[in-house]
Amino acid sequence: MRYRFSRAVLAAGVAFLATVPAHATDLEVTHWWTSGGEAAAVAEFAKAFDATGNKWVDGAIAGSGDTARPVMISRITGGDPMGATQFNHGRQAEELVQEGLMRDFTELAAKENWTGLINPPTLLQNCTLDGKIYCVPVNIHSWQWIWLSNKAFADAGVPVPKNWDEFVAAGPALEKAGKIPLAMGKQAWQQSGALNVLMAAIVGPETFLKVYKDKSADVAGGPEIAKVFKAADDARKLAAKSNVQNWNEATAMVIGGQAGGQIMGDWAQGEFQVAGQVAGKDYTCLPGLGLNAVIATGGDAFYFPKLDDPEKSKAQEALASVLMSKEAQVAFNLKKGSLPVRGDVDLTTANDCMKKGLEILAAGKTMQWTDELISPDTTQQMNDLMSEFFSTPSLTAEAAQARFAEIIGAAD
Amino acid sequence: MADRTRPSGLFKNVNAKIASIPMILTALCVFLGGTLWTVVYSFTDSKLLPRLRFVGLDQYERLWSAPRWLVSIENLAVYGVLSLILSLVIGFVLAALLDQKIRFENTFRTIFLYPFALSFVVTGLVWQWILNPQFGIQHIVRSLGFESFTFDPLYNADIVMYGILIAGLWQGTGLVMCLMLAGLRGIDEDIWKAARVDGIPMWKTYLFIVIPMMRPVFITTLVIITSGIVKLYDLVVAQTGGGPGNASEVPAKYVYEFMFRAQNLGQGFAASTMMLLSVAIIIIPWAYLEFGGKRRG
Amino acid sequence: MASPAVFASSAGVEPHGPRPRRAISRRNVIVYGTLLVVAIYYLLPLYVMVVTSLKGMPEIRLGNIFSPPVEITFEPWVKAWATACTGLNCDGLSRGFWNSVRITVPSVIISIAIASVNGYALANWRFKGSETFFAILIFGAFIPYQVMLYPIVIILREIGLYGSLWGLVIVHCIFGMPILTLLFRNYFTSVPEELFKAARVDGAGFWGIYLKIMLPMSLPIFVVALIIQITGIWNDFLFGVVYTRPDTYPMTVQLNNIVNSVQGVKEYNVNMAATLLTGLVPLVIYFISGKLFVRGIAAGAVKG
Repeated sequence: MRYRFSRAVLAAGVAFLATVPAHATDLEVTHWWTSGGEAAAVAEFAKAFDATGNKWVDGAIAGSGDTARPVMISRITGGDPMGATQFNHGRQAEELVQEGLMRDFTELAAKENWTGLINPPTLLQNCTLDGKIYCVPVNIHSWQWIWLSNKAFADAGVPVPKNWDEFVAAGPALEKAGKIPLAMGKQAWQQSGALNVLMAAIVGPETFLKVYKDKSADVAGGPEIAKVFKAADDARKLAAKSNVQNWNEATAMVIGGQAGGQIMGDWAQGEFQVAGQVAGKDYTCLPGLGLNAVIATGGDAFYFPKLDDPEKSKAQEALASVLMSKEAQVAFNLKKGSLPVRGDVDLTTANDCMKKGLEILAAGKTMQWTDELISPDTTQQMNDLMSEFFSTPSLTAEAAQARFAEIIGAAD
Repeated sequence: MADRTRPSGLFKNVNAKIASIPMILTALCVFLGGTLWTVVYSFTDSKLLPRLRFVGLDQYERLWSAPRWLVSIENLAVYGVLSLILSLVIGFVLAALLDQKIRFENTFRTIFLYPFALSFVVTGLVWQWILNPQFGIQHIVRSLGFESFTFDPLYNADIVMYGILIAGLWQGTGLVMCLMLAGLRGIDEDIWKAARVDGIPMWKTYLFIVIPMMRPVFITTLVIITSGIVKLYDLVVAQTGGGPGNASEVPAKYVYEFMFRAQNLGQGFAASTMMLLSVAIIIIPWAYLEFGGKRRG
Repeated sequence: MASPAVFASSAGVEPHGPRPRRAISRRNVIVYGTLLVVAIYYLLPLYVMVVTSLKGMPEIRLGNIFSPPVEITFEPWVKAWATACTGLNCDGLSRGFWNSVRITVPSVIISIAIASVNGYALANWRFKGSETFFAILIFGAFIPYQVMLYPIVIILREIGLYGSLWGLVIVHCIFGMPILTLLFRNYFTSVPEELFKAARVDGAGFWGIYLKIMLPMSLPIFVVALIIQITGIWNDFLFGVVYTRPDTYPMTVQLNNIVNSVQGVKEYNVNMAATLLTGLVPLVIYFISGKLFVRGIAAGAVKG
């Protein structure tokens, strides 16, 4: 049994034959995946890694990246690094790489043809600095969704909207029926996330990139983005009575039919699944808010600090191969509810909404997202601005947009 | 006494000096060194890792133009003043009540003190729950028939700091009460007798005779309460996460988030330098007056 | 002021207020009434925690957090202790319990030993600059821990203790030092000078006086220090998670992982049980040493 399982994993990466150590090497892996579904997903990686004859030592720290990241950075700079660690790919680990603290996997990537396998290619680009590959992307999460409660709209006697504009128009009817039109948690990342989703949907990826990639303060302060802030103003009014903090409490309101909809990433899907709801029947999902069905491909990646111990370095390579292997990718992503990074895997068991995402992905309608484009520092300033905007009705859309343009102008 | 307080040479008191090495190292290397290190790096544009690339006062300019920092300071001021006054008043009143030769003193004291054994994270979670409008106090009162009753401090930006204060006082007043009780027990019985003979009302005796005599207790208490206020972080994170919006942000949270979430160490250090500076301005002169003299028992 | 014999005896804990005359007087009603009302405010959260931890999830969803459990279940407690998951390790809080003990015991002993000697030196053997160091220590009490994370990483890296248990013990000693030193210094300052002088005349030195005279009369203040340190170190999360490795993570890290998992259904009953279990050690110490605590504080804090 054990033998057969190993073989299956081995088949995924040929390079790996040479790197399997003769005896078990412990490799500590830190991450912040601690909820039920997440832990089940990460267990798939651990199982596959253990099957190579090594041992996955789990270093989970809950409370999202904000609790875990100081630990990871302190350990790496303190000279006691772990074997591998999760980061959101993008710009979070940039400086650790520049300092030469992280291991480069260019060779392994070439041997296993990561460039050919990983879809969309931007995922690998985010791991690349000066032509060298420093991380292994493991999944794709997209933000650009609105989740609608079919029950809430039935109760209000209006049809389920097909896009954001219809949703806004249905707001008064929902309110009349005693519903909260838009459920939204009162945490800054959810509010600025909603703004970005609105932006991508309303003005399209091109203008979005002008703002976040070219950091054009003119565009950010211009008439196109004014439409986005107008929409954010609508969202603010629709969500005025939403009285929850966490995103999953907001999702619960959609599931229960007390709220019409929620703008949230595809991780919300797990909540609907747990509640036994069926996509299309109990709830509806609109990628790109039904306006612009383009999804961004953020997600998680693993980084590997440089280690002195050659045994452990070998084990790191083995882990990198496992993370990229077909079997581990499928097993992990089905549990996590995210999309796999390899273009060549088949997710027949995926549900309707997940399939919608896969189709968009296959059609190549993807875009870069803020994690990759702006620094965490700028993200933080955005978050602060949007949380103020959503909690302060007296802050007008115009004034908020002016401050937004200022932040973009100063961004690095 | 004079012979052992007046130093004359390095080898005088040599054992005391050797014994103080851990303290001296901590004071110099950690508290002073760490503070100077922080101040130096606050003038750099350090991002994820500390780097010496100086940018002058940029970080400070940005700090003082950030609405969130201003809100944080205002919140800490509101929380600090109220928490200080209420902790002292409640702590003292409870101590005075317990000092009335009552029965079950031990029971009451244990009840008031036990929250101190729980961490701020736990305190924050429990109170977040009790104050939650959906199933906490508001829900209960409404289900008793008062449909319009509203009590949702953690969800109302105007009063959210008071919601945090309720939990903070719950956790901290027990210790203050104990300190005060200890102080009251240190007051000589004869003073009470004399006051009674002179017919001075009880509240006057407390206010004008007992409290001034308890000055050292108040100082110890003050150090403990204020150091807790400055560090206020866990409670806010556990109860509101700084929300709604940025209505319950506090400086320590600003520091932490800019250091580790925004990965802008320079900004975080600038904010901590401002915090340390304000503490230093208050503490150092006061510490010299209070502890610096050659007074003894 | 008062003699050290006073602290050692129970004289320091006698109430001093006027003695109540009748069992039911207006004054008594006010006193006991106020105390009872306040006691309810203090007990309410504990009640909610205990009641919730004994309910099943379906009952919790009904939504009244104050109602007693219809059906008492100890399942959440068992789960919190033995099967709740932290990432891949599903052995609940039990995994961190001994780590917490291994961290707390040496940290408490060493930090108190150092701080008591500090306090003694500052009170009885002042030397040039000693008050300056003390002032810096007091300043240190106000430094938010988060600010010191990086400098401490660098210090521990340079002395080669990063990631080890002893590194963490040093960190706890450092951050416990200001308040403890303040308490010990105040306590030793109030020891009568005559005792000290007599010992000097007999030829006792720095350590001799500390061991033979000061230690035996300092039980109360040691109890105070013990309680403050056990509470602080046992409840610490930040240092425990940043300065150690996963195999030595304290219980609070598991608690954080159980309570802070954002996704999925929040199991409030398990959270509450885990919370109570984690707080049990300091709580038990409070309940058994409450009286000594007040006596010790009376001695340590009163005399400036």
